[in-house]
Amino acid sequence: MQLIKSKNLSVSLAAAACALLNVGAQAEEAPADEWKFDTAILYYGETDRVQLAEGVFNANKDFGDQRIFNGKIAIDTLTGASASGAVAQQEAQTFTRPSGNGQYVVNPEETPLDDTFQDTRVQLSAQWTQPLWENMTGSTGVHLSKEYDYLSLGVNGSLARDFNQKNTTVSAGVSYQYDSIDPVGEAPVGLTSMVVDTGQFADETLFDAAFDATRTTDSKDKNTVDLLLGVTQVINRRMLMQFNYSYSVADGYLTDPYKLLSVVNSEGITQDILHENRPDKRTKQSFYWQTKYASDYGIADVSYRYATDDWDIDSHTFDSRFRVQLTDNSYLQPHFRYYQQSAADFYQPFLVEGTLLPSVASADYRLGEMTAYTIGLKYGQMLDNGKEWAVRLEYYQQSPKNAGFDEPGALQGLDLYPSIDAVIAQVSYSF
Amino acid sequence: MFSKPTINRLLVASVLVATLALNGCANLGVKPWQRDLLAKDEMALDAEGIDLGLDDHIYFSKEATSGGRSFAGGGCGCN
Repeated sequence: MQLIKSKNLSVSLAAAACALLNVGAQAEEAPADEWKFDTAILYYGETDRVQLAEGVFNANKDFGDQRIFNGKIAIDTLTGASASGAVAQQEAQTFTRPSGNGQYVVNPEETPLDDTFQDTRVQLSAQWTQPLWENMTGSTGVHLSKEYDYLSLGVNGSLARDFNQKNTTVSAGVSYQYDSIDPVGEAPVGLTSMVVDTGQFADETLFDAAFDATRTTDSKDKNTVDLLLGVTQVINRRMLMQFNYSYSVADGYLTDPYKLLSVVNSEGITQDILHENRPDKRTKQSFYWQTKYASDYGIADVSYRYATDDWDIDSHTFDSRFRVQLTDNSYLQPHFRYYQQSAADFYQPFLVEGTLLPSVASADYRLGEMTAYTIGLKYGQMLDNGKEWAVRLEYYQQSPKNAGFDEPGALQGLDLYPSIDAVIAQVSYSF
Repeated sequence: MFSKPTINRLLVASVLVATLALNGCANLGVKPWQRDLLAKDEMALDAEGIDLGLDDHIYFSKEATSGGRSFAGGGCGCN
């Protein structure tokens, strides 16, 4: 589009500037004194790997004068296997279970998966939002999440200020989170060798002693502080925009105690299995832009996020939904998401024997180079009295990539970066 | 760290940007009676909050990046 008049240019520049500053979500207005409940059941299933079932119950109440309470309970159950980080081999491989009790065997040419993955998580959160003084809204909340080996506690607070007849909202928030992990079988000392009983121990106590020597009882806590600055701007009658900047520092135990790392020789044959070790600090920044547009045919919701951190992971996320109104009370909503990340600087798909052992290293594919996409479709129907039900079905595929590592010998014939396919199915009901 | 002229230039630039932004934002937007479309529930930036929360949990546990839209805290041992 060619801008002819300078006024147009200044308005466009202003729009861009506002987009760059942007904020705050517009609160949905429910009638006062009425509880509103949103419930959902989600199934997430990967082919031959993790299966997750999650139920959510969300309660919202407007106590009048825009004083709003939100409470949420989520319960999920996780089963199945996840990639341990060790590389596939031409021969079968034996691993010790994380608890130290028992072993599991991985077939030749198969990606090592730890099949002892099983957990139930309960998450509770509460949030209170209210006007503080004219054009200023405050919000504060707490959350708790507990699973067998993990505890997370968090608090947050934010302020939002409206300008220009509530067309511009500027917000600032901070959250603090404390996480504590108590791994099954205690956490391994980073980069120590996994102790595998291949008959070299005369009795069980000798194995136990060797296993215990690789464990540490040091603190496994981490502290995370997030800052979030945002600007929301109404552009015109049909469009609004949000821009967020976030800064996050995590400090403490950031290693995954269950992840492993193979040490191979120049032939590509595994010589040793190590427990991974990550840095104990991570600083992340992200820039997030979202736009919603109400056209005559439906509502478009498009967002883009750029994130970067001091582990050298840069990512781009593009997300779009288009809600097409089928009838007065039903809609269909296609969804497309694309994600791309670069590898962490300490990511190593494997280590090579004879090279200098790094102080931090992880073969967790989630820290490696990858692209992923999601395609989905949602159908929703509004019923009487503000009730609504919806069903959503999505397909998610992750494609890990080789970030430039040479594969010695036998590794060349093996799939070291298998893709992961998952199905997401959800049923929701609001009343 | 920065020389005084540099700081002055940065200050002038910041004031210009801020002025442009505030003036510009004042020119954007709608009158209260033009909010018919924006006031719809589905036009809220966090409409479908349940779906977004569930998705955040999935992607938090499968990818290296989280947050941006809201606070990044995942509160699970999945990553």
